[in-house]
Amino acid sequence: MFYREAGDFKTSYTDDSQTFPIKFDRYRYYVVLIAAFAVIPFLINDYWVNAVLLPFLIYSIAAIGLNILVGYCGQVSLGTGGFMAVGAFAVYKLMTAFPEISIFIHVILAGGITAGVGVLFGLPSLRIKGFYLAVATLAAQFFLVWLFNRVPWFYNYSASGQISAPERSFLGVPITGAQTAPWAAYLFCLVFCVACALIARNLTRGMAGRKWMAIRDMDIAAEIIGVNPLKAKLSAFGVSSFFVGISGALFFAVYLGAVEVGEAFGINKSFLVLFMVIIGGLGSIFGSFAGAAFLVLLPVLLKNTLVGGLGWPTDLAAHLEFMIVGAMIIVFLIAEPHGLAQLWRIAKEKLRLWPFPH
Amino acid sequence: MVPEDTITEDGRKIGGVVMEMKNITLRFGGVVAIKDISFDIRQGEIRAIIGPNGAGKSSMLNVISGFYHPQEGEVWYQGKRRPPMKPFEVAQQGIARTFQNIALFEGMTVLDNVMTGRFRQMKAGLFAQAIWKGSAEAEEMKNREAVEKIIDFLEIQHIRKTPVGRLPYGLKKRVELARALAAEPSILLLDEPMAGMNVEEKEDMSRFILDVNDEFGTTIALIEHDMGVVMDLSDRVVVMDYGRKIGDGTPDEVRTNQDVIDAYLGVAHD
Ligand SMILES: Nc1ncnc2c1ncn2[C@@H]1O[C@H](COP(=O)(O)OP(=O)(O)OP(=O)(O)O)[C@@H](O)[C@H]1O
Ligand SMILES: [Mg+2]
Repeated sequence: MFYREAGDFKTSYTDDSQTFPIKFDRYRYYVVLIAAFAVIPFLINDYWVNAVLLPFLIYSIAAIGLNILVGYCGQVSLGTGGFMAVGAFAVYKLMTAFPEISIFIHVILAGGITAGVGVLFGLPSLRIKGFYLAVATLAAQFFLVWLFNRVPWFYNYSASGQISAPERSFLGVPITGAQTAPWAAYLFCLVFCVACALIARNLTRGMAGRKWMAIRDMDIAAEIIGVNPLKAKLSAFGVSSFFVGISGALFFAVYLGAVEVGEAFGINKSFLVLFMVIIGGLGSIFGSFAGAAFLVLLPVLLKNTLVGGLGWPTDLAAHLEFMIVGAMIIVFLIAEPHGLAQLWRIAKEKLRLWPFPH
Repeated sequence: MVPEDTITEDGRKIGGVVMEMKNITLRFGGVVAIKDISFDIRQGEIRAIIGPNGAGKSSMLNVISGFYHPQEGEVWYQGKRRPPMKPFEVAQQGIARTFQNIALFEGMTVLDNVMTGRFRQMKAGLFAQAIWKGSAEAEEMKNREAVEKIIDFLEIQHIRKTPVGRLPYGLKKRVELARALAAEPSILLLDEPMAGMNVEEKEDMSRFILDVNDEFGTTIALIEHDMGVVMDLSDRVVVMDYGRKIGDGTPDEVRTNQDVIDAYLGVAHD
């Protein structure tokens, strides 16, 4: 009943372009933030952090990044895994080369380096579109994984070819390595996740976002209002890769601690993040979170209920997971390209008018 | 020779030449879409381009807005010869346009569509936009105000937050005009702004075009098939047929021109 716009009049354009124009949404958002920063850290244990929270936060960042490229700018990419690898290897090289500099800075720099690589691999988008662009980014995916496998400089000539994160702390608290407390890893990733979401939100509600969406909806019309397609597309590749790079850096340094590139950042990763974006909702920041949450929670849920509760064999549960995800992708692609975010919006729309829909 | 400033009957001031097309020829393979055409557009006037289907009118607008590059001829803008330009560069010079088949951003709201028209006015960099608070927000609000004025002016307040894809045709045309106006263009190119509209919608659109010209002094070049509308709106008319120019002058001069009458009555070409 109290979920209303009525009586909540906008008296300025600033109010009108807020992220959460309805008061109730705004309060809920503050509640979520306070809970995330001040309550959850005290409640969590190792299992929750590693099985749910860290992957959720880190994939959310990647999904936001990919959503900017695919959902907002309309440029399909299958190279997310490769770009996450760039972030991971960048942060690894930085951590080992400059141990005196804060890991916080390293993660940001890793994002910056990935942005540069993303712009480079975005160049073909100026000539090719759609399916052909997807294939070009697929090539980037394989090339990057191959590169990190083949050039020993990237993994500091380690015998196994793996990279593993040295112990680093931030503000005196260990963030990477064996000493890391679950809450510390969680908070560190949370800060990046919230910052990335805010930046993405700001960019997409302003002129940058409009430029990207203009290119997505009709590139000819975008040109006629003065959008330089070269700059718009490359900026989307850059910003998108920045986020994806940060997520790759966190995935390696904070979450896994040690990775083998082909295993952690292979083509499967590209598809996983793409599915998050499709299921969550193309062109929606909230959808990126929803998609990440869904695909992180689904296997955990299936495993706990089917395997743990009903005693199904593990592989059967895994097959069921594939089938559910596959079916959802098809349904969403055909029926609701704006994904879970749109379903949520429709539900709110109904709620706003309830109980008097007319 | 540059004509002197003149005052029209209804008291609008028409200045010197802002845009001049000199001996433009445009070919697509064997098809000659435009054949050695010259004409000019003067500051503050409403210049119509008319002609039967396939005459080359849209091609001419596409030459002006940089989509097509003529094989021969020169485009002069604000006293300078214009080098070959990409469409977005032309837009950045202050030439805005609408399309014969609406070219809006279907996935965005009306408000966002019109806001896209303000690219030239909005300079905040990516970094400032990422921070938002401060210069980017101030700029957004300033431009939002300007855009709201245009939205009021074209009477589309009620659909502000509606995604463009859901609008009926007539309103889409109006939103497209709003987006072009948001750019505060020095020249506004309209390709059949009233095509497919009913009488009432046409009257509204005519009024908007006249008001734009009158209130903002915007120079307008428009293509239109409805002769009644053309005669009412325009100060001068270029008539094209089969890629050639067959008439140029005031509506009255054009109406009495024998070549024009022949073209419209379908006299056989030799
Ligand atoms: N991109 C193109 N490629 C090939 N031929 C073209 C192209 N654009 C236009 N033409 C040809 O140029 C000629 C003029 O076309 P144009 O669209 O300029 O005519 P128009 O006067 O605008 O006609 P209408 O009133 O039907 O809009 C036509 O014969 C058309 O087929
Ligand atoms: Mg035409």
